[in-house]
Formats: sequence, C-alpha cells, structure tokens
Amino acid sequence: MLRLVSSASKPSSAGVLAKVVVAPSSSRSSRRTFSSTTAKKADITLTVDGKEVTVPQGSALIQACEAAGATIPRFCYHDRLAIAGNCREGVMEFLLANHPLDCPICDQGGECDLQDQSMRYGADRTRFHEISGKRAVEDKDLGPLVKTSMNRCIQCTRCVRFANEVAGVEELGTTGRGNDMQIGTYVAKTMNSELSGNVVDLCPVGALTSKPYAFHARPWELKHTDSVDVLDAVGSNIRVDSRGLVVMRVQPRPNDDVNEEWISDKTRYAYDGLRFQRLTVPLVKQGDRFVTVSWEDALASVADGLVRSGAKGDEIKAIAGHLADTESLVALKDLLNRLGSDNTALDHVGGHAAPVHAVDVRSNYLFNSTIPGVEQADVILLVGTNPRHEAAVLNSRIRKSWLHTTLEVGLIGERVDTTYGYDYLGADAKALADFVAGKGEFAKKFKEAKRPLIIVGSSLVEHPDGAAIFNALAKFTEANKEKLITPEWNGFSVLQRAASRAAAYDIGFVPSKKASSTKPKFVYLLNADEVNPKDIPEDAFVVYQGHHGDLGAQLADVVLPGAAYTEKGMTWVNTEGRAQLGRAAVPPPGASREDWKIIRALSEIVGTPLPYDDILSLRDRMWEISPTLLRYDSLEPTSVDVALTGLKALAAGTANAKVTGEPIKKPIDNFYQTDPISRASVTMAQCTRAFVKGEDYGFSELSNASEAAFA
Amino acid sequence: MSSAAPAAMFALRAVARRARLPSSRPLARSISSSASRRSDALFVHRDTPYNNPKIPFEFTPENLKRAQEIISHYPPQYKKAAVIPLLDLGQRQNKGWTSISVMNYVAKLLEMPPMRVYEVATFYTMFNREPIGEHFVQVCTTTPCMLRGAYEILDTVCGHLGGIKPGETTKDGKFTVIEVECQGACSNAPMMVVGDDFYEDLTAETTRKVLDAFKKGEKPKPGPQSGRHTSENSAGLTALTEKPYGPGEHCTPEFA
Repeated sequence: MLRLVSSASKPSSAGVLAKVVVAPSSSRSSRRTFSSTTAKKADITLTVDGKEVTVPQGSALIQACEAAGATIPRFCYHDRLAIAGNCREGVMEFLLANHPLDCPICDQGGECDLQDQSMRYGADRTRFHEISGKRAVEDKDLGPLVKTSMNRCIQCTRCVRFANEVAGVEELGTTGRGNDMQIGTYVAKTMNSELSGNVVDLCPVGALTSKPYAFHARPWELKHTDSVDVLDAVGSNIRVDSRGLVVMRVQPRPNDDVNEEWISDKTRYAYDGLRFQRLTVPLVKQGDRFVTVSWEDALASVADGLVRSGAKGDEIKAIAGHLADTESLVALKDLLNRLGSDNTALDHVGGHAAPVHAVDVRSNYLFNSTIPGVEQADVILLVGTNPRHEAAVLNSRIRKSWLHTTLEVGLIGERVDTTYGYDYLGADAKALADFVAGKGEFAKKFKEAKRPLIIVGSSLVEHPDGAAIFNALAKFTEANKEKLITPEWNGFSVLQRAASRAAAYDIGFVPSKKASSTKPKFVYLLNADEVNPKDIPEDAFVVYQGHHGDLGAQLADVVLPGAAYTEKGMTWVNTEGRAQLGRAAVPPPGASREDWKIIRALSEIVGTPLPYDDILSLRDRMWEISPTLLRYDSLEPTSVDVALTGLKALAAGTANAKVTGEPIKKPIDNFYQTDPISRASVTMAQCTRAFVKGEDYGFSELSNASEAAFA
Repeated sequence: MSSAAPAAMFALRAVARRARLPSSRPLARSISSSASRRSDALFVHRDTPYNNPKIPFEFTPENLKRAQEIISHYPPQYKKAAVIPLLDLGQRQNKGWTSISVMNYVAKLLEMPPMRVYEVATFYTMFNREPIGEHFVQVCTTTPCMLRGAYEILDTVCGHLGGIKPGETTKDGKFTVIEVECQGACSNAPMMVVGDDFYEDLTAETTRKVLDAFKKGEKPKPGPQSGRHTSENSAGLTALTEKPYGPGEHCTPEFA
C-alpha cells in the first residue's frame, strides 16, 4: 500500500514506455498496480519521412520518429524517465529570453542541448531586449557533487524525475509556478543519493554541472576512452575523459545489460583519487623508511627476500585485492603455482581460506539472474546485502521494478534504507531458517511467486554463519528448483562487491585446504589494501604491488608501483560473470607499469619465467583456463543440471556448519570510501563529510528520516 | 605576396565595417541597464523564529476528525489526493497561514514525501506561506474591477489602514492587504475579499465602512454594498419586465 502513494507521483504512462525502450525483449506480463487493464501490445505501423516504422502501442511519437532515424530535438523527454509533458522545445525563444548568455563561462558549453539547438534551429539575433531584466533564481546547495546555477535552468524537470523515479530521492521537486517556478528542495537540504551525479548528465543545460569538474576542461579538449568501472562489481560501462596525462572526468556509457545509462557517484567522482597517494616509483624499505630504487633493484630485492625468507611451497602466499585485474591474477597464480605454492588468498575477512561456496561451479558465486533479469523477478529476497551501497546501479533497477510492478522485497540482514520498501525478516541465520521453514507472510509470497529471486550478499562469505546460511539457501533453492532453477531463470544470485572477485573465483584464485593453514613466510599483496595487518606474520617478507600508498603498501618491504584501472587495458569480470575489456585512457604515472608485466618480469628474476611475453599470449593462457574470460560483453549461462550439481556440492560442503546466531552486518558503512582510489579522493572525502557524517550542511531534522519511509 | 598584405586587408575591412555602421545609432543599452524583476513570493523556505520545522503543529481533535473525514473521500492508496483540503484546514487552524510545520504535518498524515506537499503549497497562491493579519483583505484588480475603479479601492484600503502597501500587514496585526487576480465576481465589480466573504459594488466610502466595522470587531454584511441583492441591474430591469406567464396560459383549453 505504501508504494502506491509513491508511484502515484509518477505518470502512469512510464511503465509502458519504460518497457518499450528499456526492455525490448520483455516477455514479462504487465503487473502494474493501478491500471486494472493490462496493456495491449499491438504494433502500430506508421510512416515517418517516407520511411515505414513499426512501434509498440503506447510509444510516443518522438520514439517512432527516433526509430525512423529522424531525431526530434528535445529537452524534457528522456527515454528512461517518465513523460513530463512540459515541453520546453516549443517555447525555446522564451527560454532564451531568460537564459543567461554566459556560455563562455558555463561548464556545459560545447555539450549543451540549448546551445546546440539554438545554433542549429534558432534565430541568430534576439527579439528580446531584456527591458524587465532576466529571471534570477537563487542557486541551491545540493552537496559537494552537483553544482547548481539555477539561472540557467529551463525547468525541464529531468532531474526531478530522475531523483524521484530512479534514485529514490523524493526531496527534489519544483516550487512556485509559471515564470517563478524553480527546481529545488524548498527547505535547505543536500541531495543525498549515490546516483546524484547522473542529474548532471541529464541536465540539458548548464544548470546542474559537476562541482569537482567545474572550470577544469572543455569537452572538445578531452579524449574519450571507453572503459569499465572497477569500484564495484557491477562493471558499469564508463567513458573516461582525459586531457594529456590526467583523467578529467568519468561519464557513463549506455549499456542496457549492465548500467542502463547511470553510474554511481563513486564511479563518477572518485577519479581525483587517481592523482593522489600514487605509487610512482619502486620502493624498498630500509629501516623505518622507504627508499626509491630502480626496477632492477626492486625486483632483485623481491627475489632476494624470497630466498632469505626461506619460504617454500605454500609458505609463499599471494593475496589479491579488490582492484586486481584478471590478467595479473592469472599471471600471479601461475607464478605461485610454478613456485610450488597453492596459497592464493583473497583480500577479505576469511579470505585466507577457500570460500564456503567453493569455486568449482560458476553459478555458486555469480549473479545468475543477470542484472537486467532483476526486473523480471516478482519477489526478491535480499540476504546479507545492501544493494544500494554494494551495487548502486543494480539497486535502481530493483527500485524501478518495485515502482512499476507488484514486486515484493524481503531483507535478512542489517536494516538499511534501500529506496524501496521491504519486509524485514530479521538479522541472523535464524531469520533465514524461519523463512526456509515457510514461516511468516513473506515466505508465503515467495512461495507464490512466478519468478522468485534470492540475492545473496558477498559479505556472507566473511560471516561466521556464512556456511550455515549458504547451506540453508542451497537446500532451499534445490527444494524449489522448479521455480528457482529453470532453463529460463536462475533465481539464486550472489552479488559480489569487489571488481576482481568473480574473475578470481573463475581462475581459481583460492587456496587449497592445506595451503590455507600454512603460516606464510613470503606474502605478495596484489592490490590488497583491506588486509588485517595482524594476519601477516611479523617475520614474513611482504611485497606490495598496487597503485596507491594505502594500507597494503605500509606493510610492505618492497613496493612495486602498478597501474590503476584507467591506465591499463585489462579484462574485468563483473558479478554476473560478464567479461568486459577496460581500456587505458592515460599512461601510468612515473615508473609504474602494467601489473601483469611486473609479475612477468619478477618471474624471470626469481628463476621461473612465465611462458608469455605479451598480452596476447597471456590471453591465450586465460583462454586455456576459461574461455568465458575472453568472451567479452557476453554471458555464459550455467545449465540447470550444472547449477543443481553446484548447489548439491554447496549443501554437502557446508553440511556440518554450526549456527552462532551472530547478526549479519552490512559490509559497507561508508559508500564513498571503499577502496584505495576512493579513499585517496578529495571529492569522496567531502561526500563522506556531507552525507555520511552530516557535517557542514544544516540538515533539518526531517532530512534524517529515511527516504523510503514515505515511499 | 608579402606577409603584411593580409593584415592590411583586415585593417581595410575593419574601416569599411566601421563606415557601414549607422552613425546615428544611439547607444541605447548599456550592459547593466536591465532592472531586476522580483517575484512577489519566495519559493524557498528559510528558517525563521516564527516559521521553522521545530515549531510543533498538529490538528485539533475536531480538525483531525474532519481530516479523517476528508481522507475517507479518497481511495486509501490515493490518500494524498486530500492534500489541498488538508492544507486548507491546516491554514485555517494556523491563523490563516501555512507554516512549514503545517506542510510537514500534512505530509506525515498523508504519508507522502514532504516535497510533494511543498510543491502544492507553493503552486497555489491561496496558501499563505508567511503570517497574515487577523483580517485578510484581498482587493481584486483584474480588468473588470480595474475598469470600475479597483485601484481607488486599493488606495482607499491601504490609506485607511495607515498607509501600508499591498502585501503588508498593519502594525497592530489586524489587517493584511494584498492585490489579487479575478475572484469571479465581475458583475459586482469592484470587490474585495475579507476572510472568506466577498464585499462587492464597493465605493471608497463603503470600503471604509466595511473596514471600520472590522476594526470594531463587527462583521459587516457580505455581498453588494450598494443595496443590490445580487448582480441584478442596478437601474432596474430593462427586459423581462412583464409578468411571466404561468402554467396553462396560452394553451388550448384542454390543457388550461
């Protein structure tokens, strides 16, 4: 019932249109809450400019024209937002009458719809002489990310629609009327959303621009590089805009299978972290300080340290962190295996041992329903995850589905504000046991669902009751396989939150049982910055390879400077198991090198050269391990039989798990600082102050209320 | 060709261009000539001692009952359709103005995001977002009233209340005067609204009389102040003067 209030604020046409545009393959039945009639999907054929096009009924004329290749200029219309019906295009001359002529100092200049359209279609001189002056509107403070210049606003309401529909921030709206109408929050309030940066892209003029990017570059100076984001495991498609050697900004790239055309604020704004705290030269610890050395010396001292530590076999340990690319993971694992070690650990709590779900079957650790598939689910159970912070873009899909369909969500874990309503089932393994036993309202709803979905958080692997919870879920999924595991639908999805994790599991970057109980004498940290220093033995020789002077580098005896994700063209596997190729936008700074090359060079020095000298032969090696690593942009679904086998193995492997009853905690407390790049970012630090700690901004008491409370 | 040639060409062209300019053209507009145009209300909220979210507001038991009654007119999932009547109820309870606390309270009552209520309250001009005096005098100055001397009425009101300007409140807090658009009483122009009542067919004199009565705490009779009952012709009827025929008249005998 609560949801109806919220969705009523949105034109009902959106459901139809969203489906037309966003889910062309949509076979799903219309489940809208308030229109009692189901939409008929008749196709309508019409002729535009002599070209015949067929569009589904309910499409807007602008969509039909778009389909016919005739682009109609627009300001308000956006194919992923509801139709507002407040055309600005029709009154463009009036818009210009009030629009400041400050293009030379406006950050939107060069990529401004109003500028482009008035250049293309407009008159070359004004008929207005500003007798009464231009409309002046006070600028709003939306926080450290979005800069406002409200005089330039043309009231298209795209930002309002985005905030309310997609981001779930129902604090943005329009106040006043007519010429005095303005966009804002009425009461002084920042826009607290992890998707807020998208309003900058949506704004057709320069009213909302990026604060960190303000006055830094012009669009025509920038080189665009299509790449992939690595700050969470969604693998959002991004475009890195660079000028010279510096990344100037990060923008989303549309991909309906992954991020639609949104990216999270961390993805968009953490790029300034690439400029600070960088490791640019190899360092060797002498006494209590690091000394700059050449690459030769650095690699020699690693080889020397390996010998001196006396590490043999499993005593050589590698820990791979969140930002390790697939190529370097493969190279490092190959190197360790050649040195006789199986001790390839991962950088999370309990990462020294193999995960409870094992890595033999992909569907045990991947997001099997796929990200677009989330929208087909009619009941979702979240276990130990807060998708809003672990995969913000995915969360917006759940919200979209929740707004437009009768989707029901249940949550086991710590209570969080998800931007949609949910049934709270409890915080621990017992709540899951109750759910499995069919107790409670939500369990009934889940039973009746046509396409139920269980989203399992990556933090469960780190939880003491993780094994028991996985056991219960595996058994439950198996018992309900006729709905949860079908050829069309796999409703058991694990949501990873580290960009390297799916790839690490894919290549088996996990220790054997024997290795995980071995005390290491030589530790190789590959981008590992979440390690607990206590887990590394005092006398072990530690090498850190990575791009930021964060926690890992502090622990190291030798630091090898690697490249960040914008500086190397590497493979990333997202939580669905979708391999995507990132591309180098700028060269690595200073003496830092691409990570796999460092490992390859090291292998030569320690006397076990790896059999690949270039990236192509390394990728051949990856193909040998798993062809999915190189089938870019596509998904390799797991068959029903294999998925069931995997679940059986999972249930058997965790059969003896004991329940401690410890409540499940959310793994991310501060969305804005989760990795070395975002921790080095000034912008992210400002966001932490403004949104997490609530400093600097005069929050009124209402703003502390949860956003979904009224949804 | 020498390198100086293009420069010379430009110089020539510049001279020619200058020559083409109409020399008599006056420099009418300097850069900062435009006057600023202010809107009559602020469309953002500012916390003040008298208007901030910390000031408590809730409906009296009677009003709450009324509010529940109003809400019951709408289907439960469209509860928020009651936002305008509820804001009006809140405004009436809150001495004629809708404070931020009223809006927040209505939002809570209707389970809608507060911003949706702010949007409504700022859109409709009849929600006063600043405190008003005891008697809220709205003088219509739209065309029909204006033609019948609305500005004289407005001046009379302002002068009689101690020389305040439209939009201001008298020092004793008794009267607030504003200029409004058409109230739909054009046939009785000029008119003003005091509280919920129309005072029509005004002259400067009757206006003063009405205001004096309010000053004394009386309530003058609403409606036309000219002796008319409604909007009938003040000069007497010019049509339909004969007796209207009754049932059966002009009919064949069998129907008579």
